[in-house]
Amino acid sequence: MSKTLFDKVWDSHVVRKIEDGPDVFFIDRHFIHEVTSPVAFLGLKSRGVSVLYPERTFATADHNTPTINQHLPVEDALSANQLKALETNATEYGISHWGLGHQKNGIVHVVGPENGITLPGATIVCGDSHTSTHGAFGAIAFGIGTSEVEMVLSTQCIMQPKPKKMRINVNGKLSKGVTPKDVALYIISKLTTSGGTGYFVEYAGNVFEEMTMEGRMTVCNLSIEMGARGGMIAPDQTTFDFLEGRLYAPKGEAWTKAVEYWKTLKTDADATFDAELNFNAEDIEPMITYGTNPGMGIGISKHIPSANEVEGGEETYKKSLAYMGFHEDDVMIGKPIDYVFLGSCTNGRIEDFRAFASIVKGRKKADNVTAWLVPGSHIVEAQIKEEGILDILTEAGFVLRQPGCSACLAMNDDKVPAGKYAVSTSNRNFEGRQGPGSRTLLASPIMAAAAAVTGKLTDPRDLL
Amino acid sequence: MAYDKFNILTSSAVPLPIENVDTDQIIPARFLKATKREGFGDNLFRDWRYNGDGTPKADFVLNNPTYSGKILVGGKNFGSGSSREHAAWAVYDYGFRAVVSSFFADIFKGNCLNIGVLPVQVSPEFSEKIFAAIDADPNTELEINLPEQTITLKTTGEKESFDINGYKKNNMLNGFDDIDYLQSVKEEIVSFADKLPY
Repeated sequence: MSKTLFDKVWDSHVVRKIEDGPDVFFIDRHFIHEVTSPVAFLGLKSRGVSVLYPERTFATADHNTPTINQHLPVEDALSANQLKALETNATEYGISHWGLGHQKNGIVHVVGPENGITLPGATIVCGDSHTSTHGAFGAIAFGIGTSEVEMVLSTQCIMQPKPKKMRINVNGKLSKGVTPKDVALYIISKLTTSGGTGYFVEYAGNVFEEMTMEGRMTVCNLSIEMGARGGMIAPDQTTFDFLEGRLYAPKGEAWTKAVEYWKTLKTDADATFDAELNFNAEDIEPMITYGTNPGMGIGISKHIPSANEVEGGEETYKKSLAYMGFHEDDVMIGKPIDYVFLGSCTNGRIEDFRAFASIVKGRKKADNVTAWLVPGSHIVEAQIKEEGILDILTEAGFVLRQPGCSACLAMNDDKVPAGKYAVSTSNRNFEGRQGPGSRTLLASPIMAAAAAVTGKLTDPRDLL
Repeated sequence: MAYDKFNILTSSAVPLPIENVDTDQIIPARFLKATKREGFGDNLFRDWRYNGDGTPKADFVLNNPTYSGKILVGGKNFGSGSSREHAAWAVYDYGFRAVVSSFFADIFKGNCLNIGVLPVQVSPEFSEKIFAAIDADPNTELEINLPEQTITLKTTGEKESFDINGYKKNNMLNGFDDIDYLQSVKEEIVSFADKLPY
């Protein structure tokens, strides 16, 4: 029977099917961080059970970590306590732990791929919705709740009904200045934040085939923002080239055998999907969000739509614009901004820093802008230095911070003050996401860079 | 860790007719720093419920004594965003045992089922009727009957059925959880794992 990429990976991990219920679904790789794991470990203790396969779980600290002075004790007592709990639990159960200060430390969805823990055909979960990132490698990867973290720790399985399948094809040639982030924000603006709910997405078409792994990760990362549990892209030579030689990737004969298997991981020609959508690359321009969910995005040259042009209730829409301090029909270009955040599991990789640097090179940070440039990991940080990007950033008046989730969700001190506007390369523009009262405009690294040097929303194509 | 059994719940309800209520509103990230599952109800809808100085916002429904009950009725696409189970814990800890909406985000729905809060998905029309009925009379009661999979507006007797898979329904009725089940098939899991490539 013809199968999709998703079917192939899913079906090979079903331990048993329950009639009128979920599948018992086996998890190859499990990531944990300090926020969503402590209660799962408490659960293990209260049941008196242990971790079944400690070697399949990987711990890294990221959500709470400060992005300056990481060599000093963490000042916030609650954050310090969570970081300590992660370390204690990992040590007690024999789980690999890349805590604060460890040279492999970084955002879970950055360090997994860069160390080859993420592999094609694998099933990967983490108590974090942006686990969808790892789908870029042809893995089935999705976020889970803490009860499920406990399930994986104790039995390496979760109970999950098989989602429906959607394929999103984007073909054609992307215009200059249109990045993977723009492709994703464009798709979400078309589907809304609930359009993908109940589905697992496969991204196909030449636009994704031609993307780098970093770009594919950005796209898959944002799958959850259209409501989809995850998204994936068939592995190809780009995938194999990225993985070869990485710490946990198979080596020698095992590598050859693995690649042979990975090459079979693609959707059969006559396999079918529950839904299929097609978009043209030429229709996409650099995107910016104007509201309080990632579906509220438009091309930078566009005006904010009026309530009757958008799906959903007028009351909710107007509440959202009021929160942002925007109005229907406003022009986006030229709006003043206060903060710029480059980083997160969406856009905190080396390619994102290269893109940002390409715009700010030879220019200066605008005086009215506070900029937080936060690499996704120490490996990314080191690469920024090695490639001379740090020099460009410093010359332009920017400071590089230390790795972590940072202002994406503002659990640490990197909080955007109430009422201030932040152009952010992260994934969510929900009310208060970057600090109570903060106003977030989601954009690509080059859009963020253009705003950082002009102090206002600027079409990045004007600065290319 | 078994949770409360759910059978028939009859209660007035708290209306929140806003669409796309995300988990950052249900429980903002800065309140996720606990290492125990306690007290999350205090920060349920924190930034909609309280001003920056901690004083209650009078116009938010949870601060309005007119509305109370064990059922929360939300707008379309309730629980979107983050996978934080803390959102479901906050809903539970505040005292809600069921959430009604015309559409739920996936992970939030699953998290609710895993901790014993029943997500009840109704048609958009029925959702409108519920909001209208509560608007007309805040004491309007809803009856959620899990064995029969129905939700009834007690004032008018209007009723709609809802979906839940048989396995989860049995769990909710008996207070069983998935970990109990998975523990019972552990040997099968281990022999399965032995055959995997990685």
